[in-house]
Amino acid sequence: MSIDHSLFPETMPSNPERATLEGKNKFMGLWFFLGGETVLFACLFGIYIALKNSTAGGPSSTDLFGLELVFFMTVLLLSSSLTSVYAMYHMRNNDFKKMMLWLGITGLLGIGFLACEIYEFAHYIIDYDFTFRSSAFGSAFYALVGFHGGHVIFGISWLIVLMIRNARRGLNLYNAPKFNTFSLYWHFIDVVWVFVFTVVYLMGMVS
Amino acid sequence: MGIAATEKRSIGAFIWDYLTTVDHKKIGILYILGGGFFFLLGGLEAMVIRIQLIEPNNDFVSAQTFNEMLTMHGTTMIFLAAMPIIIGLMNVAMPLQIGARDVAFPFLNALGFWLFMFGGILLNLSWFLGGAPDAGWTSYASLAMDSPGHGVDFYISGLQIAGAGTLMGGINFIATIVNMRGPGMTYLRMPMFAWATLITSILILFAFPALTINLFLLMFDRMFDTAFFNVNLGGNQVIYQHLFWIFGHPEVYILILPVFGIFSDVFSTFSKKRLFGYTAMVFATMLIAFLGFMVWAHHMFTVGLGPVANAIFAVGTMAIAVPTGIKIFNWLATMWGGNITINAAMHWALGFIPSFTIGGMTGVMLGSAVADYQYHDTYFVVAHFHYVIIGGTVFGIFAGLHYWWPKMFGKILNETLGKITFWLFFIGFHLTFMIQHFLGLMGMPRRYWVFLEGRELDLGNFISTIGAFFMAAGVIVFLYNIIHTAIKGEQAGADPWDGRTLEWSIASPPPYYNFEQLPLTRGLDPLWIEKTEGNGKIVPGEPLGDVHMPNGSILPFLMSFGFFVAGLGFIYQVDHWLGYIALYGGMAFAIGCMIVRSLKDDHGYYIPKEELEEALVEREAD
Amino acid sequence: MKRLLGKTKLLFLLSFIVLLLAGCGQENLTALIPKGYGADSSFYLIVLTTIVMTFVFLAVIIIYSIVLIRFRKKKGREDYIPKQVEGNKTLETVWTIIPIILVLIMAVPTVLATFDLADASDADEHINIHVTGKQFWWHFDYEKEQIHTSQDLYIPVNTKVYLHVKSDDVLHSFWIPSLHGKIDANPENVNTIFIEAWEEGVYQGLCAELCGLSHSLMDFKVIVVSEEDYDQWVQDMQSVNVDDESLDAVAQDGKALFEENNCMNCHAIGSPADYAPGRVPVGPDLTNFGNRDKFAGVLEPTKENLVEWLINNEELKPGNHMKNMDLTEDEAGKIAEYLMQLKHSDVTPESVKD
Repeated sequence: MSIDHSLFPETMPSNPERATLEGKNKFMGLWFFLGGETVLFACLFGIYIALKNSTAGGPSSTDLFGLELVFFMTVLLLSSSLTSVYAMYHMRNNDFKKMMLWLGITGLLGIGFLACEIYEFAHYIIDYDFTFRSSAFGSAFYALVGFHGGHVIFGISWLIVLMIRNARRGLNLYNAPKFNTFSLYWHFIDVVWVFVFTVVYLMGMVS
Repeated sequence: MGIAATEKRSIGAFIWDYLTTVDHKKIGILYILGGGFFFLLGGLEAMVIRIQLIEPNNDFVSAQTFNEMLTMHGTTMIFLAAMPIIIGLMNVAMPLQIGARDVAFPFLNALGFWLFMFGGILLNLSWFLGGAPDAGWTSYASLAMDSPGHGVDFYISGLQIAGAGTLMGGINFIATIVNMRGPGMTYLRMPMFAWATLITSILILFAFPALTINLFLLMFDRMFDTAFFNVNLGGNQVIYQHLFWIFGHPEVYILILPVFGIFSDVFSTFSKKRLFGYTAMVFATMLIAFLGFMVWAHHMFTVGLGPVANAIFAVGTMAIAVPTGIKIFNWLATMWGGNITINAAMHWALGFIPSFTIGGMTGVMLGSAVADYQYHDTYFVVAHFHYVIIGGTVFGIFAGLHYWWPKMFGKILNETLGKITFWLFFIGFHLTFMIQHFLGLMGMPRRYWVFLEGRELDLGNFISTIGAFFMAAGVIVFLYNIIHTAIKGEQAGADPWDGRTLEWSIASPPPYYNFEQLPLTRGLDPLWIEKTEGNGKIVPGEPLGDVHMPNGSILPFLMSFGFFVAGLGFIYQVDHWLGYIALYGGMAFAIGCMIVRSLKDDHGYYIPKEELEEALVEREAD
Repeated sequence: MKRLLGKTKLLFLLSFIVLLLAGCGQENLTALIPKGYGADSSFYLIVLTTIVMTFVFLAVIIIYSIVLIRFRKKKGREDYIPKQVEGNKTLETVWTIIPIILVLIMAVPTVLATFDLADASDADEHINIHVTGKQFWWHFDYEKEQIHTSQDLYIPVNTKVYLHVKSDDVLHSFWIPSLHGKIDANPENVNTIFIEAWEEGVYQGLCAELCGLSHSLMDFKVIVVSEEDYDQWVQDMQSVNVDDESLDAVAQDGKALFEENNCMNCHAIGSPADYAPGRVPVGPDLTNFGNRDKFAGVLEPTKENLVEWLINNEELKPGNHMKNMDLTEDEAGKIAEYLMQLKHSDVTPESVKD
């Protein structure tokens, strides 16, 4: 049980994120937390599907959505998932600098995604007068996509705090699990986006 | 209670200790205290309801007050009393039972408690700030949106905060059981209570997010005029009902499965027998939990979902009777051929069997959709769920308290007083609720402020109210018992019940590190195995060494306080700009605490080997 | 269904006697004395499931008693250590299989009855009434007959009547315990059920879903009359003449006051020519008010009560949406007189009771 947190880099185990009991707990805890999050998003998807045709005379999904921007957003977020995989790869190789670099890129891609989403919402609100008060469809749309956006914001803030705090001290068994849990969380957000993209935008264009 | 341990410390230090504790046993005690407080509050509300219904056309309270009482009674009892007390017992006993030194996330555990406590306080502040929520504990959307004032907003904010705490508690327990079982403690050697904790935590994890979302939608509809449930803008309040019961039905099992675990341990300990059909019991519990997610719409048979949905959910509901029946018969078989000690804890366990069987019976009856058209939303349903929640959960809590009280506080609760409590409560309980089955079918819907004269409902309601007074008397005797025990209670040794599981192998109350050396488990009921096959002492499963412990922290308390202020601000931001200050201020404070937590490294500390050695020697000497 | 019913008649009879002894509650209110098709289907299942469950309960209690008597700790063998049995495959299989069989016994009739009660394929051939729940009263709109009424629902005996239930504000639940189980009145959709009463009489209807302060006072009546009386009633209601000359002088004053205070903005006193399908008035329809069994759901229709209601209704029915009209007692008395003389048919709750 006793853990030496000042392990030298040379003696770093191959899976630093799960080498300690704390690390294992964090890993396990996050997986279960994501299980709960899945239910949360499942509920939101259910609500969206139930209400997507309740436009109450306001704009409908076919009036609103255009695929170009959303496709670009998807590319941004999916590549950010890939960059976080690179970061974790470098963590396991104990290459702190490269890990930070790739995490930085991950964060930037996330910010890019957010900027697009904010632009998208502004576009709907200004050009179509489509708000979360317009109709049940509006409420459900902003709730689902907004909840996802909120998760992205939280993820980016988490990443920034993590990077600043650990900028100068390198990798050790204490902070490796923290980077790893972040990366897991970030993958989860991406997976949810794939569903948002399919259910909201692709299916919205078709119907 | 525990106060003896603080002889040499000041009261201030004692309070500070509990405010900053991350020790699962102390958090468990805090949960039980907090839950107990809300239990008394919910009981008072119940008494008001029953007094109002003692005679036809009564005007003891106004319609508004009555609706507030029934809402707060349900909400308090479920979210703030039953669940926290159960989580408290889990905190106290489960890590000891699986041979763990601590829980997986001690900090999160403390945070979970304080969030629950502040959520509960926030909810109850509504009494003093313009009126409590009045739309029922289900708070169905259309009525909740129609409710004036801030009552329902308090419901939303309070439950949102308390619910977040519960979710954390759930994740903590799962990670603890998965990762931190002691040496030799395989899954199929865990006591039933530990199993129940694991399965209940999984239920919490998958059920509570539905409530979170539902409250969130309701909040937006009430405060920001969104249209989720606004029919004029295409909204649909049936969605609220679905989400509520997708959460709400598993919630019933969150309340009942842990006490199944408690009863399993109690029956087997006091019958001096191994639990009959252990593996079947484990799988029955899993099956109940699984089916629990599949049957939510049986609360909605009258909503008009159509015959296909009604039929499917009816059959699914009845199917739950099978694993529940397995459990009942396995308990009986555990006692069969045993050497049964009937003490106070066992009184509650034995009272549970017939009471809960009736609750289960009426549950199956309710599952018959067409019959439910008559039962639904009447006193029949009220009777049914009180048979389950009191006859199951509350009896289980009392049994658990009697059973683990010596482990928590080192003293045995007075047995005679315990039995008096049981008989008062047991008789009162059946008086109150048995008759309600008939009242419901005789045409008394639930949540009725008054019933009219000349409908032949008078006698039944009168009997029911009398029964409620018996229950209240029982609770008062129990409170007296706690004080009596604290002052002149019998000192308990490590193993007052001739126990079978690991928690009875260590001192009462246990040292803060639980085990000097993690115990080696050689089978189900490890202590019993050592008693019959070994020398009665648990074999250590690791060499003596330094023990790593987490540091205490005031942050969970502060963080929860921040969310509490933010919740209050959230409620009032619609009226006044000061609300925004509280909202953003509270949020900023809470997030600030989070950042402090995240920036400040907390490696915990080590108990040196020598200290543990001393403790071991001392224990040997006893 | 019919065949199953026949077989269990004896059981019915037995359990019926037991229930009678225990007290079944007030006739035409209690669900334990079913007097219509839906209530009877429910009652049949209630009895069936109760019998099956009682069987289980007895099994549990017998074993439980034996255990308590035989295996209690006894003097002289306090230290007896029982054999540590792990389990018993045969026994465990038995108490898994038997409950499954019992569940099937209950599930099959349940499913049959569920589909049976939901069958609305012949709705067109029968009477169709649109029911609307509002805080805290009920409105009835007879589709083919083109009649509006509130609070009192007239239907013929032994005839299928389709009810299309919805809510105009919050969730309510429509319940006539002696005739049919509940159906929710949802604000977003119409739920359809049929009722068929087997006996003439006045039946108590209730709201069963918490809907606000006066949830417990949201009563209504179902007046089941003979086929001829029903036709008579329909004819009477269709030929209502609003300028009825039969009113006495006081009532004429009351009528003037009623109009002066714009009461008709919320309360229709309808002439059939004004019939609008699907229209739900703001307040209860008062056309046939003088024949109401109760008013405001629960109050005896006496002049005294009515005056009190007109002046101080909040106290009698908290949270109701009727405005305070600032009437003097004298004015209220005149209006009350007027309303109580609005009797447009000889088919009344009283005539059915006799």
